[in-house]
Amino acid sequence: MSFRAKTGGRIDRARVLNFTFDGRPYTGHPGDTLASALLANGVHLMGRSFKYHRPRGVLAAGIEEPNALVHVDRGGGRDAPNLRATQIELYEGLTARSQNRAPSLAFDLGAAAGLLSRFLPAGFYYKTFMWPASHWKRLYEPAIRAAAGLGRAPTAPDPDRYLHRYAHCDVLIIGAGPAGLAAASAAAATGQRVIICDEQPELGGSLRDEPAATIAGQSAPAWLAATITGLASRGNVTILTRATAFGWYPDNLIGIAERVTDHLATPDPALPRERLWQVRAAEVVIATGAHERPLVFPDNDRPGILLAGAARAFLHRHGVLPGHRAVIATACDSAYAAALDLHAAGVTIAAIADLRPNPAGPAIAAARAAGISVRTACAITGSTGRLRVTGALLGTDWVACDTILMSAGWTPILHLHSQSRGKLRFDAATASFLPTPHPGQRSVGACAGAFDLASILGAPVSGAITPNGTHTGLVPGARATGAFVDFQNDVTAKDLGLATQEGFRSIEHVKRYTTTGMATDQGKTSNLNALSIVAGHLGTTIPDVGLTTFRPPYSPVTFGTIAGTSRGDLFDPERRAPMHDQAAALGAVFEDVGQWKRAWYFPRPGEPMHDAVARECQAVRTAVGLFDASTLGKIEVVGPDAAEFLNRLYTNAWSKLGVGRCRYGLMLSEAGFVMDDGVVGRLAADRFHVTTTTGGAARVLNHMEDYLQTEFPDLRVWLTSTTEQWAVIAVQGPNARQLIAPLVEGIDLSPQAFPHMSIREGTICGVPTRLFRVSFTGELGFEINVPADYGPAIWDALMAQGAPTPYGTEAMHVLRAEKGFVIVGQETDGTVTPDDLGLSGMIAKSKPDFVGKRSLRRPDMLVPNRKQLVGLFTENPADLLEEGAQIVEDPAQPIPMRMIGHVTSSYASATLGRSIALALVEAGRARLGTTLHVPMPGRTIAVRLVEPIFYDKPGARLDG
Amino acid sequence: MLIIPCPHCGPRPENEFRYSGEAHIARPADPDAMTDAEWADFLYMRSNPKGRHAERWRHLHGCGRFFNCIRDTVTDRIERTYPAGTSP
Repeated sequence: MSFRAKTGGRIDRARVLNFTFDGRPYTGHPGDTLASALLANGVHLMGRSFKYHRPRGVLAAGIEEPNALVHVDRGGGRDAPNLRATQIELYEGLTARSQNRAPSLAFDLGAAAGLLSRFLPAGFYYKTFMWPASHWKRLYEPAIRAAAGLGRAPTAPDPDRYLHRYAHCDVLIIGAGPAGLAAASAAAATGQRVIICDEQPELGGSLRDEPAATIAGQSAPAWLAATITGLASRGNVTILTRATAFGWYPDNLIGIAERVTDHLATPDPALPRERLWQVRAAEVVIATGAHERPLVFPDNDRPGILLAGAARAFLHRHGVLPGHRAVIATACDSAYAAALDLHAAGVTIAAIADLRPNPAGPAIAAARAAGISVRTACAITGSTGRLRVTGALLGTDWVACDTILMSAGWTPILHLHSQSRGKLRFDAATASFLPTPHPGQRSVGACAGAFDLASILGAPVSGAITPNGTHTGLVPGARATGAFVDFQNDVTAKDLGLATQEGFRSIEHVKRYTTTGMATDQGKTSNLNALSIVAGHLGTTIPDVGLTTFRPPYSPVTFGTIAGTSRGDLFDPERRAPMHDQAAALGAVFEDVGQWKRAWYFPRPGEPMHDAVARECQAVRTAVGLFDASTLGKIEVVGPDAAEFLNRLYTNAWSKLGVGRCRYGLMLSEAGFVMDDGVVGRLAADRFHVTTTTGGAARVLNHMEDYLQTEFPDLRVWLTSTTEQWAVIAVQGPNARQLIAPLVEGIDLSPQAFPHMSIREGTICGVPTRLFRVSFTGELGFEINVPADYGPAIWDALMAQGAPTPYGTEAMHVLRAEKGFVIVGQETDGTVTPDDLGLSGMIAKSKPDFVGKRSLRRPDMLVPNRKQLVGLFTENPADLLEEGAQIVEDPAQPIPMRMIGHVTSSYASATLGRSIALALVEAGRARLGTTLHVPMPGRTIAVRLVEPIFYDKPGARLDG
Repeated sequence: MLIIPCPHCGPRPENEFRYSGEAHIARPADPDAMTDAEWADFLYMRSNPKGRHAERWRHLHGCGRFFNCIRDTVTDRIERTYPAGTSP
């Protein structure tokens, strides 16, 4: 039997689309949704409920649908679970399947849970799965995991593209029903920049369900077409369809998810699947309408039981009948419109059961005039049927039917208003919360409680029924058992009663305990009924119970839309040093240092890391190595007061540093803790080349700018980040001078003319260079700075000069640790002072002030048991400590032991033929020569405290 | 996302800015003259009001300048912004 109406609907009856649901082939027409096409084929059973696996059909016709969640598989990883069948537009070849059932929708083993429902009351998961504890891991958790969720998450990577767009406008109108269209026309006429968005494929909203109405002398469809054409023809109006405004963010930033290609059989590959709009609007007009409420009565969830407004939408939008013999159960006039329209389409209206004792008005009169039986003061208190409803219990009468259409009235959609912290007031007459005025936005139409079409449009209207009448909560005289409030989470009126019996008072607690309103539909159809039932049990009123919090998103948004292009390589920027390709060609293994990719070590084929690092270290100690140091932060500090500025920002004295000389600078926070370090070279009286740690570059520049702009604005200094302008090649080892000498021009490289800690400008291979003579290895060393683009060429030239050994960050770390050089961020953690590191000598005694100086004499900074930097030798030279391991005095003490320090760096030193470590230990310098202990799983390692310098204490190797 | 009016560039979205703590806590001219308690107060004590709050922001991804801002910590409304070194 066909359920397609003979006429009507905005479908193209000339074309047929083939689709499958659970593997069965069906047909529909362009303009259908999956839900309407299934209904046209007489299929109401579209899903199984979450908890009890009850058979469920479609309840609504749009975004609020709680039951008909399906999985759409387009192949090739394009599959999406939990889509509402009422929003899936039909296309040729659509493949959909139901969820939450096994083995099939009609025969579901999980439905046994429904028989056990008396054992699965509200909060059962807090009560049932408690004891014994041993059952948790093997029994309860796997069972809960298997039962949790509805659809199955896809496992393959999503091949689709998602894009983000930003837009600004004077007026953003959310919702293109009658109120939204009226607001858009009014705003557009003033010349303002207008964006109007609607989550449906077509503009018009509820007006599409009023084909018989007349507006200002025009038929409603003609008025609608003229209004839409008028808006579309204006240059100042942007129209977005299939675009759901899901979130309000501060200062009128609205998130809109636009579904671009999901409705197409063969999408243009140039198009993204979805587009996230972030619209900043001077004014937001919320015209989101209202959702119809179900009546709460036992077995109100059988397939075939729909909202009356949904039946009307299926009829007028898709030309589909919900059944052939309908019972209408209502407390609102709008259901009469559904009855009249379906009656006109040939559906038998078995009865209208109106809860109200004396319903009156044109709707009721029209129904009676059409010969429809209207029973007043009549409650629906039950239904029969297994996979499809077959009868309704009206009072004591069972009335046969194949569909029940219900309406308890309409709930204004307040999500966006509430997300924006707009306040609500309760209107007792309509039993609804309504928005109150809020800056930067206004609500119009049904979402503001205005349902009368004539006043919404400001035009005379005839032939439309205004939805007067309302009911909330359980139907009078009905049992609470099996009377569903929240269809998606399977919460019944009985569950809500149980929660209040068990002592829950706050609606936020009742919500979490029963999970009412917490499903993916955010309680669109259920919240007000739930509030009313809770208020009844608590003996209070709905406004006293209060609403739960609305949070974005209004309806689910795909992760793809949120991520946009920020995935894969574009998830986080990857910074590559200028000589990255050279390192890669040499077989480097890279490590992540912040966003940088740094060459970690350069293994020969088959060479283990330990061997490669040992070889690289040995090359630097005995010959020469090359190291890409380009990631070091670099700041050019320029101006007449540059030296004075550095005096104030670093612990050292800079005024007397000669041009052409360098100094190791130590930077403190105002609290006196080591913040950064680096070599600073003076190029001219008013120009310094400052280097920072790799990770500290941005932080140091911000710190400098802060003091320059806000504390020392009188200083004439300019700061420029030059980190990415210079490629830096460290040439380290006794043969360093020999290696670079043939390539350098204009610089006397002799130790007398170019001593340690100097900087010179000249050329290398004809390229201008700032050549530093510095050493982070203890060997003779140079750091060649060239404009970044020349880095690879200079690296290649150096590599061609006598086969220096490229070394990576791991060898660099070992070499510097052998010399006891600290790394800020490794030896320090933001609580370490210069003295803790044994660097008191870096503090200029002559300077009256510098950032952090005053803090160094705070009492806590002077206590004798501060943690101090020491070296550690394990008793067994082959033992390698773990960085971060804790150090104790007495390993036999009871747990928890008193930890007096920790290992900051630990390496196998090939040069020394043993392991070495650096550590921070309470009063460490006073303990030199003593033995402490490092407890590790299964054993304790004894360590001897030594001075934190392991190699070439006199510094004899610096000159090669 | 807030709109923050940079006193130098005009209104810009929040993600161009970096928050920089409470405003109008000037570094003492002579730190050495401060007692330990006074210095600790300067370093660590902040007002953290519920309501009107004077705070510093930096237009990091714009002009790069630090400026001051009066913001209500309850409503997030920004009352006004003004250049560093000036009074509200």
